[in-house]
Amino acid sequence: MDSAISELPSRTPLAASADTGLKIVIVGGFGVGKTTLVKSVSEIRPLNTEEVMTQAGIGVDEPAGLTKTTTTVAFDFGRISLNDRMVLYLFGAPGQERFWFLWDGLFSGTLGAVVLVDTRRMSDSWYAVDRLEHHRTPFVVAVNRFDGDHASFSLEEIRQALALPDHVPLIECDARVRSSGKQVLISLVDHLRELARAREMTP
Amino acid sequence: MTRRPVDLGDPDRLYTVTGGRSRADDEKFDLVTLVVSECRPSPGMQSEHVRILELCERPIAVVEISAELRLPVTVVRILLGDLLSTGRITARHPRAGRSLVDLPDSSLLEEVLLGLRNL
Repeated sequence: MDSAISELPSRTPLAASADTGLKIVIVGGFGVGKTTLVKSVSEIRPLNTEEVMTQAGIGVDEPAGLTKTTTTVAFDFGRISLNDRMVLYLFGAPGQERFWFLWDGLFSGTLGAVVLVDTRRMSDSWYAVDRLEHHRTPFVVAVNRFDGDHASFSLEEIRQALALPDHVPLIECDARVRSSGKQVLISLVDHLRELARAREMTP
Repeated sequence: MTRRPVDLGDPDRLYTVTGGRSRADDEKFDLVTLVVSECRPSPGMQSEHVRILELCERPIAVVEISAELRLPVTVVRILLGDLLSTGRITARHPRAGRSLVDLPDSSLLEEVLLGLRNL
């Protein structure tokens, strides 16, 4: 099994010709395997950083009473050099409701998203699916079938549980396995390419 | 001007690093903007600027600089703004648009697919 290599370098310089950074966001609840997926496909040991986000108070419309709250949000990321010029960055993003403002502040311009699902905690993913559709961010849903997922739901049952429209690809994966993680990314980019082609055909 | 590494535990220190500024021009530096240094550090330069110039000898993304320096992305953006305005770095911005719904051309996605399949 070509499982993730644990001895990944942390600091490997990019090619001098690298000029195009791209991003894909992996979103999911706590413990669903986001970092595992990033690690299995990344060429560097996943790094962690943080951003201090300032959010205007919600429901306050008087300028004098405007409250601002500052939240520090940590996130992991990994990197894949696609060729001499293009570098893909993978971000693991918390999917809980209170972190969703990150999408406007940090993850704008993302190619698309992967919603990683744990069938034992399906409700964690429902919110992410809802928000991505609202933002019109293209995405695929990947069910992480790791050990113990024996009493597994079928993909059709999961599609129903998440109220996932037919046009959204739904796949199974094992986030620990490099070839499986790679296949998840290929499914997403394949989906994006079809969307782009459809748009290019429209006059 | 500080010459010591930043103590992450104290928010005041972050203000010292950035000379009291707390907001960057976010439009200039995306998380995946690739930064390249155009000169070597010079004596008397702020230690964080020196570290950035060292990291950027080869292209490196804003988010990687943030992780390496253990500084929040916002702080790194401010420091990069200083270096950009004095011509010490250049920035290679991402091709994709800033909007969430701005899908790239299928030809770019084709290149991404090829790169992923060759992994």
